Amino acid sequence: MSSRAPSRWSDPAMHRRVRRRYIVERWFRGVGFAAVALSILFLAFLLFNMGSKGLGGFSRYEAALPIDFTRSDLFLDPATLRGPDAAQTVASADLETAISKAAVAAYGPSAGEMFGDAAITRLTKAILADPNMLGGTSTLWLPVGSKLDVAAKGDSDAANEKLVDMLQARHALRRTFNADFLTASDSTDPSSAGVWGALKGTFLTILVTMGLAFPVGVLAAVYLEEFASRNRWTDAIEVSINNLAAVPSIIFGLLGLAVFLNLMNLPRSAPLVGGMTLALMTMPVIVIAGRNAIKTVPPSIRDAALGVGASKMQVVFHHVLPLALPGILTGTIIGMARALGETAPLLMIGMRAFIAAPPTGITAPATVLPVQIFLWSDEVDRGFVEKTSAAIIVLLLFMLVMNGLAIYLRNRFERRW
Amino acid sequence: MDMKEKSPMTSTLPGTEPAEAPLHAPRIDVSDEAKIEQAQALDPNREPKMRADDVSVYYGEKQALKDVSIKIYEDLVTAFIGPSGCGKSTFLRCLNRMNDTIPSARVTGTITLDNEDITSAAMDVVQLRARVGMVFQKPNPFPKSIFENVAYGARIHGLATSKPDLANIVEKSLRRAGLWDEVKDRLEESGTALSGGQQQRLCIARAIAVDPEVILMDEPCSALDPIATAKIEELIHELRGRYAIAIVTHNMQQAARVSQRTAFFHLGELVEYGKTSEIFTNPSQQRTQDYITGRYG
Repeated sequence: MSSRAPSRWSDPAMHRRVRRRYIVERWFRGVGFAAVALSILFLAFLLFNMGSKGLGGFSRYEAALPIDFTRSDLFLDPATLRGPDAAQTVASADLETAISKAAVAAYGPSAGEMFGDAAITRLTKAILADPNMLGGTSTLWLPVGSKLDVAAKGDSDAANEKLVDMLQARHALRRTFNADFLTASDSTDPSSAGVWGALKGTFLTILVTMGLAFPVGVLAAVYLEEFASRNRWTDAIEVSINNLAAVPSIIFGLLGLAVFLNLMNLPRSAPLVGGMTLALMTMPVIVIAGRNAIKTVPPSIRDAALGVGASKMQVVFHHVLPLALPGILTGTIIGMARALGETAPLLMIGMRAFIAAPPTGITAPATVLPVQIFLWSDEVDRGFVEKTSAAIIVLLLFMLVMNGLAIYLRNRFERRW
Repeated sequence: MDMKEKSPMTSTLPGTEPAEAPLHAPRIDVSDEAKIEQAQALDPNREPKMRADDVSVYYGEKQALKDVSIKIYEDLVTAFIGPSGCGKSTFLRCLNRMNDTIPSARVTGTITLDNEDITSAAMDVVQLRARVGMVFQKPNPFPKSIFENVAYGARIHGLATSKPDLANIVEKSLRRAGLWDEVKDRLEESGTALSGGQQQRLCIARAIAVDPEVILMDEPCSALDPIATAKIEELIHELRGRYAIAIVTHNMQQAARVSQRTAFFHLGELVEYGKTSEIFTNPSQQRTQDYITGRYG
């Protein structure tokens, strides 16, 4: 064919070339491995950091407190505590002073402020459960205040450290699981603050987001991919959707503020508005993922269905959509995970308010976990440091559960052809 | 592997029980080919099942098919042969308006099915495709169970009144496609788990489950091995008489084996159309002669 000399495979130059090729390959493998190792290292560091700081947030210290109710000036008559108004009667009593006095009596003047709001709640419950204890002296385990809790967990604070040592010497201090953290809502007192309100708010918000973004996104993707004719309009729409997916989230917050709050007068701080705002942000992601998933369905399946006389609708809903569903769900997972961790747009629509009760519905004021974390990280009180980390753990677990569910669904619908 | 040696109607496919009451009785007796040819000769003006007159297809500016006129008879297999890109598949896809799915495609001329114009806007294309079924080049079963694959068409057209009825249609169709014995114990398995030849017969079963009048086959054996091909060819013989069949093929031996009428396409034109035996032994056109003797294509 040509006058070229025959290839000399045993030539030294050829050997060098082969060796270089292997060196490059090894080098590439090394770099790839290093990249993976680095990301695993970061992940491990994050998990270790969160775990070591945050796990403390799930436990708290309780101290034994002997209370002599006969000398407590509570003016509570056990007889009146059996009626329906018992809760109100106890709530109106000055339990805070009673606890403070008892603490001073038991552990000296420095113990006057060792208990916080959580102790009052606990004492209220104890009295309601057993009004007879008001007739004498009883020793109760009450959660200690935030300052003492922090000191007991090893964060130095000279005055409280001494108190902790004294309590420990008298075996009056124990560490217990803090169930309140999962069942209570936000509070100014870190010892009684919990994530339940934020968790419920997150759940409601995501529900609204999902309910709006998923059907709208999927239907938009199906229409654009299967029904819309290709022209300048659809091109313009495609470009807009791709751009929307890249818009910074705070812009969507401003849009939500302007449209949902100012124009439509929807309630501020509500999961409804938060969900709608996040849906605006998530929808483009779902549309793009949905279109790509629909594109990967082989045309032969469409031909097969058309060939037996299926209408366009039947082709799409019986064949294309079920086959595209795994891909659509993957896109939805990505979109939802992003929405779940979003803070900025929610700040704009007022979800950063201090809300001490869990939301009762999608129009009630609420906050969400990322915003709660943001708020707590801003608090001065040292007790909120570990609460912040603990809330991050809860958020990560929430995400894990949601993604796990989505992956399970995706695998269920996965089909091969 | 010459199928002509064997009279197709006396050969019994494995699993085909002749005693079985047919899903729909054979419309025409095709037991004697000579008799049919005789009938053809006696009545050359009889009504064809489908008739194309001056059909042209354009993809955008490009003309892919030029003034093709063909008649397809209900008791005959019509083969379309020709080199790649000659327009034979394009023409086949006009017959059930599958070209509608290509936005740039434009079809002119008239095509009739039982004297009904199928190119008119009044024709319901969904119903047309049920009446004119199609089998594609690459086996394309739905990624669903074997049962669902066959039941799908009957279900969307409401052909079955009850579950047993549907099961009946599925069984008859699979029997007719010569697949029943191989799959009767695993109807719930995915259709995509079958071998290529079985998949293609499943696709044929799927097409005949909706009781079509015409079956179009677009190179149904091009992705299959010789044994699977032989089975499909036998099946085509079996199906003749119940359904008018039009088949596109690259394989001239196949056209000679399975068809009674052959149309030779070249560069978008219909060069010659006539009895298969004449086309292959005594073509009237030089181009046909060149093609079948392997001079190009």
